[in-house]
Amino acid sequence: MITNLGEITVEDGVIVSINPDKKGPKIALPGLVDLHTHLREPGREDAETVESGSRAAALGGYTAVCAMANTSPVADTAGVVEQVWRLGREAGLVDVQPIGAVTVGLGGEQLAELGAMADSAARVRVFSDDGHCVSDPRLMRRALEYVKAFDGVIAQHAEEPRLTTGAQMNEGEVAARLGLVGWPAVAEEAIIARDVLLAGHVGARLHICHVSTAGSVELIRWAKSKGWRVTAEVTPHHLLLTEDLAVDYDPVYKVNPPLRTEADVLALRKGLQDGTIDCVATDHAPHSVEDKECEWAYARPGMLGLETALAIVVQTMGPQWDRIADWMSVAPAKIAGLTGHGHALQPGQPANITIFDPDVRWTVDPTALASRSRNTPYAGMELRGRVEATYLRGEPTVLNGKATR
Amino acid sequence: MIKHLLSAADLDAAAATLVLDTAAEMASLAGREVKKLPALRGRTVVNLFYEDSTRTRISFEAAAKRLSADVINFSAKGSSVSKGESLKDTALTLQAMGADAVVIRHPASGAPHRLANWVEGSVVNAGDGTHEHPTQALLDAYTMRSRLKRLAGLNVAIVGDVLHSRVARSNVQLLHTLGAKVTLVAPPTLLPVGVGAWPAATSYDLDAVVPDSDVVMMLRVQRERMNQAYFPSEREYARRYGFDVPRMRRLPEHAIVMHPGPMNRGMEIAPEVADSPRSTIVEQVANGVSVRMAVLYLLLGGKA
Amino acid sequence: MVDRIAHQILEKTSGAAETVLLGIPTRGVPLARRLAARIATFEGAEIPVGVLDITLYRDDLRLQATRALGHTEVPPGGLDGRRVILVDDVLFSGRTVRAALDALKDLGRPRTVQLAVLVDRGHRELPIRADYVGKNIPTSIEESVRVSIAEHDGTDAVVIKNRGAQT
Repeated sequence: MITNLGEITVEDGVIVSINPDKKGPKIALPGLVDLHTHLREPGREDAETVESGSRAAALGGYTAVCAMANTSPVADTAGVVEQVWRLGREAGLVDVQPIGAVTVGLGGEQLAELGAMADSAARVRVFSDDGHCVSDPRLMRRALEYVKAFDGVIAQHAEEPRLTTGAQMNEGEVAARLGLVGWPAVAEEAIIARDVLLAGHVGARLHICHVSTAGSVELIRWAKSKGWRVTAEVTPHHLLLTEDLAVDYDPVYKVNPPLRTEADVLALRKGLQDGTIDCVATDHAPHSVEDKECEWAYARPGMLGLETALAIVVQTMGPQWDRIADWMSVAPAKIAGLTGHGHALQPGQPANITIFDPDVRWTVDPTALASRSRNTPYAGMELRGRVEATYLRGEPTVLNGKATR
Repeated sequence: MIKHLLSAADLDAAAATLVLDTAAEMASLAGREVKKLPALRGRTVVNLFYEDSTRTRISFEAAAKRLSADVINFSAKGSSVSKGESLKDTALTLQAMGADAVVIRHPASGAPHRLANWVEGSVVNAGDGTHEHPTQALLDAYTMRSRLKRLAGLNVAIVGDVLHSRVARSNVQLLHTLGAKVTLVAPPTLLPVGVGAWPAATSYDLDAVVPDSDVVMMLRVQRERMNQAYFPSEREYARRYGFDVPRMRRLPEHAIVMHPGPMNRGMEIAPEVADSPRSTIVEQVANGVSVRMAVLYLLLGGKA
Repeated sequence: MVDRIAHQILEKTSGAAETVLLGIPTRGVPLARRLAARIATFEGAEIPVGVLDITLYRDDLRLQATRALGHTEVPPGGLDGRRVILVDDVLFSGRTVRAALDALKDLGRPRTVQLAVLVDRGHRELPIRADYVGKNIPTSIEESVRVSIAEHDGTDAVVIKNRGAQT
């Protein structure tokens, strides 16, 4: 294939050569890796399955996704994580790497069998109660310490629950006017401040999920300056969208953490650009129509993201292809311990490749997405650039913008 | 005229004044032999109430009936709603029944906005969560205008649980539109973060605000807020923010005291104040019917 | 023309005893006031004048954008048992008068109801006729008849225009 790097030749799932004399306009990126995906299976197969989510991921240019643990049953045992891992293998469109729950049933009270999940066929390295915060500081400390034994990482959903009871959207002028309970930035920042201190104290790895505020960026910058092992992700929607979208009470814009202000958006972009934030993760969160076509307060929080992420990142951060490769493939693969992914495109590396056409314009049509759900905040928006092909170890999962199966 | 009344911000000064003027004409009906007008004959108004509010429902029902509309009361209790039917499915049912207007009371902020997407008729917000209650603000403005003969330039103090009050949000919007000056008075815990963007001043000190007020509007304070640490005790709240006789004495001669009801006597308002001639509480109820007649007429009276 | 109507009324009602004039907004109202003033001059009798807004009783309410309400004013003493004379500027289809009769019915029970108009231009669509007419002006249906009243329009005039004509 002819790309901006030259002509890439693949044999037996491995890149054998790149001929720099034959360059083209299509952008080649190492296969994208999503550190934060909700596949909903088992439990809510009406909203998404491992297969439908894998297809959405492939169409978005991903070759690996990390499946969050808040399924039903919760992925808090070796049995459940192996089930998800196996479903991913059967779908065969991306590598599905299960994330294990930190606490039993996401209950925040008792550690799940982290070691058993690490030792299972799924080889879990990332643990998260995402959707819930591990808010008990003692339990969080123990979790951070415990996973050091197998180089695990705790991915924290930073939200002090006592400060977000009933919260519906960012606390501020818009929430005050709309009469929606505010989700204050400090509820995120207080947990991040605490957890970076804990991680520093016990010398453990901490990953911060979906950073959404300017203050959080400041705290992470400070923690990194101390040399602590802290990483962070930002979602495409937090890089683009703001709280003002809530004005018509359409719950497609309801997400957790909530959309914030313009100032937060700019701080997140800056944090990503300067390396404070390590990567972009989608927090792809499919929800059924019934869970979104309702009153704002009753709607489930979350947005689709896999199929639009790359275009949104290019739109918000510019065509910095090397940086984008880092944010969306190299860094997340490294955090998740996915050794087969996130390698710069070079001869000898696995042929996990995303081909992106930066010039094609397309309008997001929720009904045309591969996800089983429709809750994209970009419906009707014209995006520039689309994934043309995705290769997983040399096998095309997407060709001409269509999934191969 | 607008199609829906979802927020007091839907009304500009001309439209709001038209509602108040129309309400004044509707009020003259009260003294007539036949208290019924044919304006909405053959139109169907549905009262869709997801919260118990007999006062508001009866007020809308009386308003619709005096305009000869057919009224259907759809209460969340004992209907398919309590069996978990979604608002959207309920909306489609009402649509099929030919509702020309839906008056909705709902515990979730923004529910009327959602409903407006799903029905063809007009939607009137009769109170949504902690968002707005625009007809309450209209009847409050009507009451102020009747008593004080003007709205522009009036100093209006709105006192109490602003954070959770849909009455306060609608009043701030409407009174600003009509040229009154609003001061919100509350403990800092009961003012929303972001209140600085509202077209109103704020104060934590009721005694400082009272002497310059033409209108004092007391908001209902729910006792359970105490358990959520918004204030330490009922006694302390009543002492700092309750409207009692000494505060009433410091009001200007002409000033009035309002309350949207239902009152917690002894908490936010002393019984002697509630029953004094300055109190407009009973008038507010009567004016509610006239104002809601005006709203229903202006939304439904003309070409759909 | 107003003088003529005043004389007709006095003649037919033997001195306008127990009579109330109800003007129909907009221009029926100043006309009713003028009529009352003339009758007072000729006969020395004070006739109560009221206003009857018919907006909510119109049969074309649904055909147009919502109309603002006018003010209805029943004179002291009410309408029950009295002779009510409705006053309007132009009698055309008769629909305004029908609406006025409906509105009247909700206000009380007059002994008789009569109708006084400045201009009767014909083309009735309902079985309604005027008891007192300032002037009969046969018109084409294509024409429009506009009455101007000094109190409202700054000048007294009756203008007949072809509707198609540019103005």
